[in-house]
Amino acid sequence: MPVITYREALNQAMAEELERDPSVVLMGEEVGQFHGAYKVSEGLLARFGPKRVIDTPISEAGFIGLGIGAAMLGLRPVMELMFWSFYSVAFDQIFNNAANIRYMSGGLINCPIVIRGPANGGTNVGATHSHTPEAIAAYHPGIKVVVPSTAYDAKGLLKSAIRDNDPVMFMENTILYNDKGEIPEGEYLVPLGQAALRREGRDISIIGHGRPIQMALKAAAMLEEKHNIKAEVLDLRSIRPLDEEAILATVRKTNRVLIVEENKPFCGIGAQLTYLIQDKGFDHLDAPVKRLTSMDAPAIYSKPLEEQQIPNPQRIFDAALAVLK
Amino acid sequence: MRKHHPSPAASQDSPAYDPRQAPINGKLGPDEKIQLYRDMVRIRRFEERCLRSYQQGRIGGFLHLYTGQESVVVGANSVLSRHDHMITAYRDHGHALAVGMGMNELMAELYGKYTGCSKGKGGSMHFFDPTRNYWGGHGIVGGQVPLGTGLAFAIKYKGIKGASLTFMGDGAVNQGTVHEACNIAALWSLPVVFIIENNGYSMGTSQERSSAGGSLARRAAAYAMAWDVAENGHDVYEVRDKVDRALRRAHDESLPTVLEIDTYRYRGHSVSDPDTTYRDKKEIEEYKRTKDPIMVFQNALIAEGVLSDAQIRTIDEAARREAETSANYAEQSPYPTVEDIKKDVYWEEDNPQDKKSQGRIFFDE
Repeated sequence: MPVITYREALNQAMAEELERDPSVVLMGEEVGQFHGAYKVSEGLLARFGPKRVIDTPISEAGFIGLGIGAAMLGLRPVMELMFWSFYSVAFDQIFNNAANIRYMSGGLINCPIVIRGPANGGTNVGATHSHTPEAIAAYHPGIKVVVPSTAYDAKGLLKSAIRDNDPVMFMENTILYNDKGEIPEGEYLVPLGQAALRREGRDISIIGHGRPIQMALKAAAMLEEKHNIKAEVLDLRSIRPLDEEAILATVRKTNRVLIVEENKPFCGIGAQLTYLIQDKGFDHLDAPVKRLTSMDAPAIYSKPLEEQQIPNPQRIFDAALAVLK
Repeated sequence: MRKHHPSPAASQDSPAYDPRQAPINGKLGPDEKIQLYRDMVRIRRFEERCLRSYQQGRIGGFLHLYTGQESVVVGANSVLSRHDHMITAYRDHGHALAVGMGMNELMAELYGKYTGCSKGKGGSMHFFDPTRNYWGGHGIVGGQVPLGTGLAFAIKYKGIKGASLTFMGDGAVNQGTVHEACNIAALWSLPVVFIIENNGYSMGTSQERSSAGGSLARRAAAYAMAWDVAENGHDVYEVRDKVDRALRRAHDESLPTVLEIDTYRYRGHSVSDPDTTYRDKKEIEEYKRTKDPIMVFQNALIAEGVLSDAQIRTIDEAARREAETSANYAEQSPYPTVEDIKKDVYWEEDNPQDKKSQGRIFFDE
């Protein structure tokens, strides 16, 4: 099986969908001539030409809104936000227009748009460029939210997102762009709303999404090595839709839960999952559900401190032990 | 009240510019003229009936009436081809009627009924009819302008005929989205006509208190975009001519235009605005007396020998009857059900046979 990077996986997904469907168009800041600020769209301009791969001005509300209008008329725009942090500039377009247009038109209009880009901290760039808006996005009915943690998922989920007839917010991670993973020869899709069990265990379930999953796997190895604790790690992959069955299955198996996320705690994904687990898995819990989030302050610039602020293997390890106490 | 600079287009017009002589108007037959008149009257009677229903407590929410501005959308719509598209802001009833939506479905929407054009899910500010290339009906000032630009992008991308008529009010021009959209439209040569319906007031703030720099349309010059002003926006002939010119630029050259059309609204910003704080009643009366678009066009058609007193009465009575019927229709229509609340949220949930994703999408059960 070929081994490719997370970045290449995204590139392949876009290339395959551009090839397959003439209504797919890629737009964003620096996606063409510059090959993408993070080189995710490298080579696509040369291959598909300036009609299909379009550099936009730095004008997020303008070009995201334009993509939504184009989607209403039947295109499938794949819009790159150089950083998902810039979503706030286009908030009205995404959460009033893309999210609501189907509803407010009584189902007459669809918005098959994908908005994608990196949504992560941990890169030593300060608070304005370190937002992780998956909880804010998923708050809005009409919106779907996907967060791949591996190269395999990056490709399979992005292809599904582009084919989806609803607006999909696709949140990547700059730190994962160089991570390598195996993918199958030939085409494959990963459906939205299907979690992946990354590690089997019996003592505690660590549930999360995105890069914290990679950290959780390291923490799980430490737990086994140092305390013979067998942690199960569940990667949600998709926030909305959410694989509720997979979550409840692991809760029933281990009876203890730690939720890990890079979001801030207030109304984060963990808050939602904790509600779900107490509501539908109460009888299977042997301990209160705990969560490990980013520390509740704007993202700090200072690098060693930022590594402490966001989840890391040691913090996850400690939090898991606290659940098991 | 409104300050204007001479537009490049106006400078090409002779001082004796007479829109009646414009080719687009010269070819109008009597029946077509009467239809324009009828369209304006229908909008006015519909809006008046809406106001009554609002006062009776049958309509809730916001209600932004188009009364006084009828010549703008009727004139603009009348020069469109079936390939052209329209999008506007929240003062959208006139646009919906002009493109051919029925009073019944509009009134029922205002009543929040299932027979409404959006099944009672959109309300006054959110009328849509994609089968008529009418893309709303948008509540946030300036928010629809990038969408309209996106319609133009899709037209050009697909290589199909047509242009996007993207309406906004004079209050919208100070929103960033408008400038972002103008820049992209000019940069990418998109077939869009941005129409500023300048009724002089962004809610209760006059143009001189809200917008620096005189003519609003002149801002297009910064983007090397064509611009023009229809200073007599109450004259449906002038609106037709000016919109037609901009539309031809979009169709023939795939170039955008900003067209400012001076108009006036008789009611407050919405019906909850008592309209007592920012303008003089005399100003309203003066406009009605001298520039009312229906009166002006009626007089023109009488002078042209196209319209008789009997026809005027017939048209007016029919419009009143149609509006009254729509109110009855809305009254008798059912509300949506609780089950309907969660329909039309996701395409996939409404089309389970084609559903590809898994998992839970709603979180309230």
